[in-house]
Amino acid sequence: MPAIVPAIIGITLIALGYFFYSKFIAEKIYQLDPEFETPAHTLRDDVDFIPTNRVVLWGHHFTAVAGAAPIIGPAIAVIWGWLPAFIWVIAGTIFFAGVHDFGAIWASVRNQGRSIGSLTGDVVSHRARTLFMIVIFFLLMMVNAVFAVSISNAFVATPSSVIPSWSAIAVALVIGVLIYRMRVPILWPTIIGTIILYAVIYLGDQVPVTLPETFMGLGAAPQWIIILFVYATIASLLPVWLLLQPRDYINGIQLIIGLGLLFGAVFVANPDIVAPAFNTNLPEGTPPLLPLLFVTIACGALSGFHGLVASGTTSKQLNKETDARFVGYLGSSGEGLLALVTILAVTAGFASLGEWEMTYAEFGMTGIPTFVAGGSQIVSDGTPLSKEFAATLLAVMAVLFAGTTMDAGVRLQRYIIQEWGTIYKIPVLQNGYVATFVAVGACLALAFGAGGMSGQGGMAIWPLFGTTNQLLAGLTLLVLSVMLVKLKRRYIFTMVPMVFVTGMAFFAALYQLWDLFNSGSYVLMALDVLVIILAVFVILETASAFTREKRAAAAS
Amino acid sequence: MTWADIKKKGRWLAYMATEAYNVPYRGAVARAKREQDDLFMLLIFCEMMGVPNPATYYTLELQPIMLEKFHEWHKRAGMEHSPLDDFRCC
Repeated sequence: MPAIVPAIIGITLIALGYFFYSKFIAEKIYQLDPEFETPAHTLRDDVDFIPTNRVVLWGHHFTAVAGAAPIIGPAIAVIWGWLPAFIWVIAGTIFFAGVHDFGAIWASVRNQGRSIGSLTGDVVSHRARTLFMIVIFFLLMMVNAVFAVSISNAFVATPSSVIPSWSAIAVALVIGVLIYRMRVPILWPTIIGTIILYAVIYLGDQVPVTLPETFMGLGAAPQWIIILFVYATIASLLPVWLLLQPRDYINGIQLIIGLGLLFGAVFVANPDIVAPAFNTNLPEGTPPLLPLLFVTIACGALSGFHGLVASGTTSKQLNKETDARFVGYLGSSGEGLLALVTILAVTAGFASLGEWEMTYAEFGMTGIPTFVAGGSQIVSDGTPLSKEFAATLLAVMAVLFAGTTMDAGVRLQRYIIQEWGTIYKIPVLQNGYVATFVAVGACLALAFGAGGMSGQGGMAIWPLFGTTNQLLAGLTLLVLSVMLVKLKRRYIFTMVPMVFVTGMAFFAALYQLWDLFNSGSYVLMALDVLVIILAVFVILETASAFTREKRAAAAS
Repeated sequence: MTWADIKKKGRWLAYMATEAYNVPYRGAVARAKREQDDLFMLLIFCEMMGVPNPATYYTLELQPIMLEKFHEWHKRAGMEHSPLDDFRCC
């Protein structure tokens, strides 16, 4: 089938979802009120709370949620064929992610801009709040480990991306200093920085960098993992204006250019999808589609991470309550488009079914390199760019997304550890450096424990990360459903996704327990047991909060 | 399209870019800046709190300039009035 067909169908359905379904949700379920004074006005302090243009806020939400995860997830999940991944991404974006992100903003705006975590304490229970914190901590740990493994794989598979990826850090540092210290207006650093970045991609293409095959008994991939964590440690201790802020900004530009380039190339080159719609010839050891598909693709269809962004920064800057639909729903739609183009890249970017089957010879061994290989073929067919240049460009894009998430992830983990140090009165954990080392140590242990040591572990940890992410999404949807019950409105539109993802996450965790036990990955198995316990608690909390609120609503 | 139109578009673009740059980290940067300011204030008022400061002769001059910030700080720290006996700001 020509790739253009699913591209057009996908874009049309997502657009219809925005115009009709999100309108219905906004008017009938969340009942947005244009007259409602948002926290950005009532609590305005020009630090956290400040009314912001909705297009800018949409850009923030979109770039914050669209990263490496919607690339890696679909790149693994098309092993079951392109159609299941396509259906889950499109339906997930329309009925799950949009409602979830949009709802998280709405819930936060209606509660003085508080985060979903803190709302859980009020709306559901204090136990649920603790649960929320633990889920977030696990999620961050897995994010950092999994992204370190994926970046190292990308560096090994595409050595030309090494120089540009590290140069982007230098470019970001210079932009940060120019804007924050020298007060240079932003436009020129943006233009010149982007030009330098693409020039360096060309340079990287000419000068590929590979690490020695073994160094002190470590292969190239584990060497990269260690280097990346050393970097993440330093980066997470630097002030945000110096590195994280300009890096995020550069990524936003990269994302828009990359998405435009990929979709443009799909429309011009119109490659054929060589992968089967349903893969009947599954490699041995591939887990069943149900429930694994729904945790393999988390970001791109539904991801709990979004709720943290939506209720953390977005809701505090919302100018009008009605903007929540544009910002939240359309922001997650943008991420759905990135997942869609990834599906096309990894199914239509190969010359033949044989070549595709060779790439998808084992579950969990694909990821950024597969996206780069397929995407670069399509880009070079549809544009004048060479395949090598396109490959470097896409690899750099994915590496930068993952790298920035690592920076932010380690930093957030440090905050959580410091907070625990304060709560449980352990002074040593309150120290920023100690907390960072604890965070990085945990992530490093996980990355190596999950098979990164040999460089052969692939993405064994990926489905577990998806499972945790879906649990978090389930918790957010639970908060929304309980709020709707309290308001005596129809809650089925948040409740059905909630039951579905929590159920899928639970069964996926159970399946993985068996799988990890058989493969002897005991570190991951221990983590999986914890995830299952958390899932059970989430289900129990849901049931109890729901019956309580329904009774209360019926009594009043 | 006239030159004025292009200029207007450019200004709009620059505004959007600046906002896009600042929105995600506005809170974090402002808080970090506030912490730095608080440290600076502590240096200026440290003699009043009984901590010897060899630069008091110079920092004394800065106290009136810092008056407004000092007021903001003690409000933020949950004290209705100035905690310093010799420095009443409200």
